[in-house]
Amino acid sequence: MTSSKLDPGDEIDGYRVVSLLHNGGMATLYRVERAGAELPLAMKVPRLAQGDDPVSVVSYEVEQMMLGALQGRHVPRLEAVGDLQRRPYLVMEFIDGESLAAAVGRAPLDADELVRLLAPVADAIDDVHRQQLAHLDIKPSNVMFRASGEAVLIDLGLSHHRHFPDLLAEEFRKPIGSAPYIAPEQVLGLRSDPRSDIFALGVVMYQLATGVLPFGAPTSVHGLRQRLYRYPRAPRALRPELPQWVQEVILHCLEVDAARRPTASEVAAWLRQPASVVIGVRGRRTRNPGWAVRLRRWLWAAGFEPAAPATTQASALPIVLVAVATQHRDASRQAALQAAVRDLTAMHSEARIAVATVIPPQPLLGSSGPESGGNLHVRHLVELRAWAEALQLPEQRLTFHVLEAHDAAQALLDYATNNPVRQIVIGAPPIEGNPKLGISYKPVAAAVAARVALQAPCTVMLVRPVAAA
Amino acid sequence: MKLALIADIHSNIEAFDACLAHARDRGAQRFALLGDLVGYNADPVAVVARAMQLVEAGAAVAVQGNHDAAAAGDVSERMNEAAAAAIRWTQRQLAPHQADFLRSLPLVLREGSVCLVHASAAAPERWVYVMDTRAAAASLDAAESPYVFCGHVHDPLLYYMGADRRPQPFLPVAGISIPVARHRRWLSIVGSCGQPRDGDPRARYALFDIDRALLTFHRIDYDQATAAGKVRRAGLPEEFARRLESGR
Repeated sequence: MTSSKLDPGDEIDGYRVVSLLHNGGMATLYRVERAGAELPLAMKVPRLAQGDDPVSVVSYEVEQMMLGALQGRHVPRLEAVGDLQRRPYLVMEFIDGESLAAAVGRAPLDADELVRLLAPVADAIDDVHRQQLAHLDIKPSNVMFRASGEAVLIDLGLSHHRHFPDLLAEEFRKPIGSAPYIAPEQVLGLRSDPRSDIFALGVVMYQLATGVLPFGAPTSVHGLRQRLYRYPRAPRALRPELPQWVQEVILHCLEVDAARRPTASEVAAWLRQPASVVIGVRGRRTRNPGWAVRLRRWLWAAGFEPAAPATTQASALPIVLVAVATQHRDASRQAALQAAVRDLTAMHSEARIAVATVIPPQPLLGSSGPESGGNLHVRHLVELRAWAEALQLPEQRLTFHVLEAHDAAQALLDYATNNPVRQIVIGAPPIEGNPKLGISYKPVAAAVAARVALQAPCTVMLVRPVAAA
Repeated sequence: MKLALIADIHSNIEAFDACLAHARDRGAQRFALLGDLVGYNADPVAVVARAMQLVEAGAAVAVQGNHDAAAAGDVSERMNEAAAAAIRWTQRQLAPHQADFLRSLPLVLREGSVCLVHASAAAPERWVYVMDTRAAAASLDAAESPYVFCGHVHDPLLYYMGADRRPQPFLPVAGISIPVARHRRWLSIVGSCGQPRDGDPRARYALFDIDRALLTFHRIDYDQATAAGKVRRAGLPEEFARRLESGR
């Protein structure tokens, strides 16, 4: 791969470098020209050298994917793409205007100035959300203004689009984003919720209204997690002259639970018509709540799981893994397991049910017995399907897995680790010293359930048939 | 070059012809038939004839599916009674040279950066269902190609693999072109052409623009009523006719 450093006058595929615009951690941005170009142009070259952040190459791919899919005035137009193997670059429209970052230095701003700057930003976020994109890195330096006043969201390298595989979720299971602006659900690794952009917009609005960041600029995951339970200081405690409606909108955007945040179009409408904002507890607060409320919030945060995003898709839905012992059948245990899963599916209408069993690895070749190879695999698959018929679930909510492994517990644990499994349901080991239950469960199966329960990365439900009276 | 990938046609000539026409309209020059030409439905002769014609003209390549193997006389695989009944019926319809064609199909084909297989490239003769990340990883590892296309599982799904060697599932949106960069590895279950099962009765296939590395999963309408009517007139199990009508 060639060096990413370019000098004025250098030419790549017909684009002549005019000047260096910005040297960032992930990419370098140049002003470029091409004969006959309709738009002013900029070229973004990712940093791919040894020692550079590995996120940079993936976010380059992501940005290329997103710019290619989006339309309209609120993202830069994509002009050309360089081959990743040979010379990676993106040539896009150069937005020759002011950055929102310039306003940060002038903060605190008054309400009129906030409206003038941020209503167009809310419009831009609304536009990309309608195009199924969550930007996930909204911050002042990623917002530019056209001469017309319209806002343009730049740097889509961390974005998530419902129509495309999330290349970043795959490789980086740590929070990705800009520490001061990242939403609580992003801190927990969820990268598909457009409502994370509303939280970031709330942070930007807070920053411009008060001159300080509501959660500071933490550098550790622990520090990032604080926004799950710590209230930011009320903006009006910092600037009493700020209207209540501004505080109401800011704190509404900063709700920890994404479901309680407004949409981008609601924020845009409120900014343009402050009289339409209903001022509640959020707008009137000037002091932080007492220690009892804070403690309750901290306890809640300790077990916080982000709500399902507004635009989920099947592959991201939580999975309930049901371990069915097709090798050790016992009618009362199977019925108890079926009943438990039926109850669970009634409660969690979104969850996908993965019905799994573990069989010893089958020889690939050379075995010709009737039980060998694919036959055995398929037979167990058929049994799992028959088992699941009692659940009466639509087929798209069910998947069936015959895992081949010597170590059944490890196979189930691996599956739960590598897939978004929320809960494992498995038959409980028999109660020791209670022969009345008459369960002919083999000790090996009991050991599997016990090990899964001890080592699973998620909740485990142990199901035991009720003893006959 | 645009390659159309069609899997699990299952003796449904109406769905097959509709996918071929749709793909040709979008510039497909080549076709990959990913196994299970026959089984379940009522037009094995027409489907195999169309496939042979495309293969002989050099416009298509084909791999063998478990239903093809069964119809060609390999009885090693156990099927449920309805599917087995359809196979016995199919065997009575096929001409000897058509059964020979099915028998002669390879299990795996590799062409350039593309690997074609009906089930899993890891032990294709075992007809493993690629239904989770482990199975997807095994198939991708065995294929040694950046792009694996398969069928067998009837619902479309795209797995993509990066540096950490864990494939991630992605549910493709019909009609949206997905950039599938060459430096990654991708496993596509293209979805069933002739017997969809996820509640949408339209025929599925995928179109791969190799030069631009863009993959599009399609769902297209075809004449389900005619195909279902043929199943009933042939005296095949009623559930197969209803499945064509409802997509379940």
